[in-house]
Amino acid sequence: MVDFLVYLSATLAGAAFLLALSRFLKGPTLADRIVAFDVLTIIAITGIVLVALDEGRSIYLDVALVYALLSFLGVIVVARYLERGF
Amino acid sequence: MDSLLDLIGGVLLVMGTGFLFLGGLGLVRMPDLFNRIQVGTKATTLGTILTLVGAIFLHPEWGLKLALIGLFLLFTNPLSSQVLARAAHRIGIKQSPATKVDRLIELPWRRP
Amino acid sequence: MRIGREKVVLFATILLFWVLLNGTLALDSLLVGLLASFVITILYRDGFSPFTEFRATPAGFWAAGCFLLYFSKELVRSNLKLAAIVLSPSLPINPGIIKVRTTLKSRMGRLLLANSITLTPGTLTVQLEEEWLYIHWVTVEATDIDSATAQIVAGYETYLEVMYG
Repeated sequence: MVDFLVYLSATLAGAAFLLALSRFLKGPTLADRIVAFDVLTIIAITGIVLVALDEGRSIYLDVALVYALLSFLGVIVVARYLERGF
Repeated sequence: MDSLLDLIGGVLLVMGTGFLFLGGLGLVRMPDLFNRIQVGTKATTLGTILTLVGAIFLHPEWGLKLALIGLFLLFTNPLSSQVLARAAHRIGIKQSPATKVDRLIELPWRRP
Repeated sequence: MRIGREKVVLFATILLFWVLLNGTLALDSLLVGLLASFVITILYRDGFSPFTEFRATPAGFWAAGCFLLYFSKELVRSNLKLAAIVLSPSLPINPGIIKVRTTLKSRMGRLLLANSITLTPGTLTVQLEEEWLYIHWVTVEATDIDSATAQIVAGYETYLEVMYG
């Protein structure tokens, strides 16, 4: 039963990923793509947690933590770029 | 036979990813950037936190690390959205025609 | 060199994060953590951590607990509201950027206020300028400053006022 629930949530996360990806591809502005990218990253973090649950290995959680850190910095840097234009 | 805790965890996982799905849907449906940021931030924050709590129910021994990820996202997620929204407004990203008021235009330094 | 209270708090916060991340109090990892936290604290010009301006009094902790409860409730409410909007075929939005006022003075209090507003129903902080917050609202219900402040800010401010001032 729990396995089924984990797979169901992985399917939902996958669907969310595809929706956000369509926004990422469509744009229309750079800022729209960054929003979509931000959402994609967070869905990916959830995905990594789901993988960790499925495999029963906690080492993946470190990957999720570092990924969360990097994506935050990435969005901040791109926002600075948009504002200042360099 | 699964324990009750496992079942609760599984249901929380599904609820969390359900919110993520709604966030993705909102990202596609919303008419302009600011509304997209709104849906993107809120849905993903609650979605991820519910998923992490569900994972804590399934694997209590990972609780500390999962809680750290959740705490970190809780702080950074709205922050990055705010920075992005400000940058977008400053470079004059078009807002949807449905927009009623924009008091931020009053700020003098906005348009260099 | 003057060692301010803020530096000490920053050092303690980083060290706490390190220990939680490692999940152990073994001597070798603790030593590495001490060294790393020390270097980071030295390199930072101003120490800034969630506990920097926190008033560690019983009233402060009580307000922090109430704040967490209120915040969780609002976070769930905001998601249900947006879910209803996203799922309805007509997409009933009424967006706009409005202006509200805050009485909070401390940096951390204002940061938490801005973050909380971003996660409350349909609102997103766009800009913080002196005492004014510019907020994007998906369904604008009030355009004048006073009633918007009462609707968006007041709920959090009562707790943050006690926690950070």
